[in-house]
Amino acid sequence: MEPVPAHPAKTANSAAQALRLDTALALLRQAGQPEPAAVAGSPAYLQALIDQLVDLSSRDALTGLFNRRNFELALAREVDRVARSGESALLLMVDIDHFKRVNDTHGHAAGDLVIRAVGQALTDSVRPMDLVARIGGEEYAVLLPNCPAAFGPQVAKRVRQRVAGSTVRLPEGTALAVTVSVGGAFAPQWVRSTPGIWLQRADLQLYRAKAEGRDRVCLEHSAAPEVSRQERDMLLGGQKIQDPE
Amino acid sequence: MSDAHPPTHNRTGARITAVTSGKGGVGKTFVAANLAAALARAGQRVLVLDADLGLANLDVLLNLSARITLHDVFTGRATLDDALQPAPGGFSVLLAGSGLVEYSRMTPEVRDKLLDVIARVRPRFDQVLLDTGAGISDVVLFTVSLADEVLIVATPEPTSLTDAYATIKVLAATQTARPMRLLVNQAQRKGEGRAVHAQLQAVVDRFVNAERAMPLKLALVGEVPLDAAVRQSVQQRQLLMESLPGSPAAVAVAAAAGKLLPP
Repeated sequence: MEPVPAHPAKTANSAAQALRLDTALALLRQAGQPEPAAVAGSPAYLQALIDQLVDLSSRDALTGLFNRRNFELALAREVDRVARSGESALLLMVDIDHFKRVNDTHGHAAGDLVIRAVGQALTDSVRPMDLVARIGGEEYAVLLPNCPAAFGPQVAKRVRQRVAGSTVRLPEGTALAVTVSVGGAFAPQWVRSTPGIWLQRADLQLYRAKAEGRDRVCLEHSAAPEVSRQERDMLLGGQKIQDPE
Repeated sequence: MSDAHPPTHNRTGARITAVTSGKGGVGKTFVAANLAAALARAGQRVLVLDADLGLANLDVLLNLSARITLHDVFTGRATLDDALQPAPGGFSVLLAGSGLVEYSRMTPEVRDKLLDVIARVRPRFDQVLLDTGAGISDVVLFTVSLADEVLIVATPEPTSLTDAYATIKVLAATQTARPMRLLVNQAQRKGEGRAVHAQLQAVVDRFVNAERAMPLKLALVGEVPLDAAVRQSVQQRQLLMESLPGSPAAVAVAAAAGKLLPP
């Protein structure tokens, strides 16, 4: 049983105290967010506080971009939407090239600057409706809803060039050139699918971009993978006799 | 993780199997219809839904007239009950009718209407076979995505094998994982089905499973031998299971159907 408050006028305040909001408020202060303007403990106050905390928990502290948690939520929603509408949606996976070298040579503070600058370059190179997230150390994801297949290569190229064309100036004056590798895949349209399948395909392309020398874009052109010569040969290996060659 | 379609696990009602092949002309519709007859004979309530919306031919194979079709259900001109027809083998069919060009491409409308029909037939049957079109078009891939499991029909011919493999690959790359089975049609010698299955599985292991957390395993449901009785039944527009149930091909289809029965 909750104790009945003696003074109704003080209810809101004592409820707020009973909620132990100290840590939440400290986190928001640290993130530069003002305490909600409504009467402390009132429903409006608590709603505003929850909204701020939700925003805080969806973002990456270093870059202010969406974090992995929010990205996964958005990706699941997009898979769902694309299955219903048949719209074309593109997922780009972006990874900073040789990031370890930056950290090793110039220190972690320089690394943080690079991570922030790349995040900014990514945000600047896509539409406001696109979602840019930092999903790992030096790895980002860009989710582009309603992106026709024909635009994919252009968008991915713009993202890559934007990063390559900017330099990161360190406090001591050094200008760092940074490049990224980009892998991308379009969402499977109409069919029952999972975010994991889409992510894996985009990741595979990122892996290709890295393997082919970095600072480049690899896109899966259609959801229908081609059967390679190697695969065909292995598949029909037992039937070589029938081949005219 | 969320899903655009109603979940297929914990379902009540029919198990939905997409019968697909990649390449056309490998006997997909023949297999679907005769499997249905064999399943019906085993006491199952079976529906074959002609999901080859652009180029249906289930009606031709079964010598039925496609007077009332899926199209009529889609447009509200007929009820589902009107469109469900009894077929000679003791199962039901839902015919597509031919030349419905408007359904040859996916639209939200086609999607919603097919989903609706599937939801309504599911509680009324034990098994629903979706006879998909050939190829890997939007419509075919969507139809396959509606199923609880996939039955790939292939012949030992190189083109059929390649297209079957391409189908498996695109399903693995884009769709939720489900049981995938293989039926080898027109086998020219005993054991050819097993050989084809081993070959396909080896290539899948090497090129598809290498990138997957959950390996994709094809289950062989059987081989149907090349049999003059098949050609004869198709030309007479009769079900092989009805006209020549003792023929080697009919016996093989019946054995394959046994593997599709619930345990």
